[in-house]
Amino acid sequence: MAESFLSLKQVSKHYVGVTALDKVDFEIYQGEIHCLVGENGSGKSTMIKIISGTEEADIGSWIEIEGKSVHSHKAIDAINRGIQVIYQDLSLFPNLTVAENIAIGQYVANHQKIINWKELHQIAKKAMARINVSLPLDALVSEVSIADQQLVAICRALTHDVKLIIMDEPTSSLTKREVDSLLNVAIDMKTKGIATMFVSHKLNEVLQIADRVSVVRDGRLVGVYPSTELNDEKLTVLMTGKKVEYSRYVARENKNKPILECIGLSRQGEYKDISFKLHAGEILGITGLLGSGRTELALSLFGIHQPDKGQIKFYGQEVVIKSIQDAMELGIAYVPEDRISEGLVNIQSVGDNIIITTIDSLVNRFRLLDKNKIRNSIQKWVKDLSIRIPSAESPVQTLSGGNQQRVVLAKWIATSPKVLILDGPTIGIDVAAKFAIHEIIRDLAQKGLAIIMISEEIPEVFNNCNRILVMHKGMVVREFDTDLTSQDEIGNYVNGTY
Amino acid sequence: MKKLLNRHETYVFIAVVVFSIIITIINPNFFTLENLFDLLKSYSLMGTFAIGMLFVLISGGIDISFTAIATVAGYTIAVLLLNVGDHLNIYMVFLIAGSIGIALGFLNAVIIHVFRIPSIITTIATLNIFYGLLTVITKGKWLYGFPTWFGDFATTRVFTLYSAHGNPYGLSIITVIWIGLVFISWFLLRFTILGRSLYAMGGNVNSAKRAGFNIFGNTAFVYSYMGLMAGIGSVIQALLVQTVAPNSLVGKEMDVIAAVVLGGASLTGGTGSVIGTILGVTLIAIMGNGLTLMHVPALWYKVVIGLVILISVGVSAYRRKMSAHKRVIIEND
Amino acid sequence: MFRKLSHFSILLIVMVAAILIMWGLTGTDFMSLGNFQSMAYQLPELGVLTLAMMIAMLTSGINLSIIATANLSGIVMALILTKTFPPESALINSPWLVVGAILTGLLVAIIVGLINGFLIAVLDISPILATLGMMILLGGVSLVLTDGYVISGFSPTMLAIGNKDWLGIPVPMIIFLACAGFMSLILNKTPLGTRIYMFGSNPVACFYSGVNNKVVLFRTYIISGIFSGIAAIIMISRFNSAKADYGESYLLLTILAAVLGGVSAAGGFGKVSGLIISLVILQMISSGLNLMGISNFFTLALWGIVLIFVMIVKYVIDIRAQKRWNA
Repeated sequence: MAESFLSLKQVSKHYVGVTALDKVDFEIYQGEIHCLVGENGSGKSTMIKIISGTEEADIGSWIEIEGKSVHSHKAIDAINRGIQVIYQDLSLFPNLTVAENIAIGQYVANHQKIINWKELHQIAKKAMARINVSLPLDALVSEVSIADQQLVAICRALTHDVKLIIMDEPTSSLTKREVDSLLNVAIDMKTKGIATMFVSHKLNEVLQIADRVSVVRDGRLVGVYPSTELNDEKLTVLMTGKKVEYSRYVARENKNKPILECIGLSRQGEYKDISFKLHAGEILGITGLLGSGRTELALSLFGIHQPDKGQIKFYGQEVVIKSIQDAMELGIAYVPEDRISEGLVNIQSVGDNIIITTIDSLVNRFRLLDKNKIRNSIQKWVKDLSIRIPSAESPVQTLSGGNQQRVVLAKWIATSPKVLILDGPTIGIDVAAKFAIHEIIRDLAQKGLAIIMISEEIPEVFNNCNRILVMHKGMVVREFDTDLTSQDEIGNYVNGTY
Repeated sequence: MKKLLNRHETYVFIAVVVFSIIITIINPNFFTLENLFDLLKSYSLMGTFAIGMLFVLISGGIDISFTAIATVAGYTIAVLLLNVGDHLNIYMVFLIAGSIGIALGFLNAVIIHVFRIPSIITTIATLNIFYGLLTVITKGKWLYGFPTWFGDFATTRVFTLYSAHGNPYGLSIITVIWIGLVFISWFLLRFTILGRSLYAMGGNVNSAKRAGFNIFGNTAFVYSYMGLMAGIGSVIQALLVQTVAPNSLVGKEMDVIAAVVLGGASLTGGTGSVIGTILGVTLIAIMGNGLTLMHVPALWYKVVIGLVILISVGVSAYRRKMSAHKRVIIEND
Repeated sequence: MFRKLSHFSILLIVMVAAILIMWGLTGTDFMSLGNFQSMAYQLPELGVLTLAMMIAMLTSGINLSIIATANLSGIVMALILTKTFPPESALINSPWLVVGAILTGLLVAIIVGLINGFLIAVLDISPILATLGMMILLGGVSLVLTDGYVISGFSPTMLAIGNKDWLGIPVPMIIFLACAGFMSLILNKTPLGTRIYMFGSNPVACFYSGVNNKVVLFRTYIISGIFSGIAAIIMISRFNSAKADYGESYLLLTILAAVLGGVSAAGGFGKVSGLIISLVILQMISSGLNLMGISNFFTLALWGIVLIFVMIVKYVIDIRAQKRWNA
């Protein structure tokens, strides 16, 4: 049995009216790779805050580090006890060099006033050597890839005498190859006795190398499992507490002419030779890793970047889509992947967010806004998509992820599109809300909309789509009829291991 | 080489060289030591203000009130010089003016940090407060007739040369003071944790908080430093013109900001360098001077400066756009 | 909603306080018709310019070139009014010349707006830098056009605009109210207005929602230019002259007045109603102090103090609301 590095005992955290954590027991061994999984709001971020000392646990909780009970565990104590957190946004300084980003924390911690650039490079090199990586020390952080930025953040953590590194959603913006090298780093740290805790809201690659997995739900620890005992389905049940039956969607038999057709579409450095047809009432899935060209293809169909080669046909007519306005004119709608920054104007009202796409039609004969038309339009979409809001005036940011996504859907359905492109339609949305969104999408397809669903979650496309295109390195490597394949087979093509 | 081409400073430097060559061809008087020493002296005021502004911009803020701070400091020392001038010396004058500048700058920092009021709003308000109150109290009177030692100091030269006509010229003590400030500022930004943490804070203030930087300390430092430069600038101004008028500086805020931006500092924070700032001020200085030497009417000065600023920011916007475009291209080997 | 209301109510309270204090300090003079009329002559200049600043601020931009635009536009008007015909010609007093001058001046202001729009929307230069460069450039063009001198002596028709009243209401006030009404109409009643607010909060999301951001920016800076041109009409008529550097001190005051009126420095929020109250407060302070024979410069200082005071009160209210929210 390995020795315990950190354990939480009977840890609770109450905010006014909310129980974030309820008597959680949690333990990490020295040099262990541990996964902490749970849905949004399950309490996992509160756990990170307590472990990193940014929040204090309630009275009656206690924390032991290396077998000894600790009395005060503030942020600075956590750092001195060898705990480092790497946040999802990495918290780097984009305008400083890699070397400075790695080493500057140590200068601050030691209350040094003057920088010795040679010494600073030495510190950075030493940190890199600990995990056998090599980064361009004099490059600005904004100039290196996201994966390298993540390594910079890890190296920065390693300049302290670190025993546990907590990584919050580390793989969400990495390509497959980058994830692999990150996992190698974690394995490497393990051999040096440094424990790693991956925090995630879904099952992913890190599970392969994890020793144990802790699942939290509603502020309680559901259980701790050896990673070998878990699979996707089991984990979802543990995380949500429900036995989730993925129902398959079957589209209407459709022998019509296609609405949208792409023939040999290519764009330098993004995607190559893409051909497919899309019919009314169908949900076409596109899946692939980050950087496979899936989003870039969608952006071209929506008029943001023009393809270099190939044809797009709309109802059999060749079209050139030069701008978003062109795309909307044709009846193409696009729900972007990044809901917070691209999908919604977060601090403005739900109402304005819903009508922004159709506002030119909500005017009277003097071309002035018609209050009644606006109110009716907002009410209709709020009702049709069952968006739960206090009032149409509330800022969108006060809504839950699921309701926010409904607002995005509403604003696009309001344009009565022929083709709806959904990029990552349920990213960051809880499982229950996810299914509700899927229901809405299926319903739209049934009403005759042609839908393209882009997602990296294979179950999502497998269960909702009639056909799936798998993209890898910018090309469609295989088209599947979902009746004639399995999720595992799709997965192999996604990872390029076929 | 590639690194050099990526730097804004390189382009400003090329512009400075090109303009210098053009001006020299048209009027060889430009590239004489006499003219250069004279230029260095007369632009040391803008140079001093610009250095203070650089620090504020790097940290992600902006200060509009520095001209009013300089006016308050300048007026105070002028009153002292006129009344108890014989008991003062130049060190005390700098010390008093600098302290007033630091105090008013610190007040800005407190308002900005404690009440989370955007720096541009805060300093527009304090500009009006400092300037308004000063003018009320002084009734807008001009002050002149300072002690002789004050005038003598202004004309002190570190070394003296003589022109063909026998006119003495040389490196002014005022220029030396300015160069000293430049070196101190360069050292602060390059070799101290404080300086680097200003860049860090301008780059990403949330990360700076998480990394344990003292945000209030940094804010207080930059606005106080700006205040100090305003105070020192006010003495330089008094030395240069031997007169203190309440309305001689206020209104020139934007010129200084323009010079610093020309030198590559960004209004969103996190970038800028002392060398760039000097080049920015230099560019403005040689253009003003060059137009005179090329016998272009002074009326055209603002037109040229305006065009240079628009071209400069246009080019850097274009380069930013291009590099952003490169970044979206994904990796698929 | 709570936040917006609260800013407006703070303003109302400050306004009432300003009235009472000025009344108390100056006696009946302050509440006289004459004083109100003189206030109504003074407020519109700054008022129209503030509208020009406000619309740029709503898109999270800024327009530092408004005063320079107004001066250039005013100089063009003045040149047409004084230089197109010899002084002894009867045509120099023709109302049609005034109309022609004003239209040409406004055209100049629109062209400036177009250039600003081009620099910001097409070249992607940040608004503060684009308009800073334009401010200096336009100031230079004005100097070159006038040789740095004052152009003065306009026809009675032109002077009437700034100095006559209609049913007791000064013409400049009528112009300002019309501008404010127009601005309010654009912001609240047109698709452009909604887009301006949305753009000011998140231009990227607007882009992905099919908003043509370039068009929004062009229109914003053109409208800003038009308001600057209208301010020029009032200014040259009231001064009976035009000059390259008139009203330079107004620039920062328009930002002050806009922020005091609740226009967010970050963009996306702000109403014309708040702006009007803010202008009234500033004018009350100015006129009241003037009646007491206190220097204009003290007014400047007091305006700065009022701005910081209101921002602090707003901050305290926000913090409290947040605490209540968290609790």
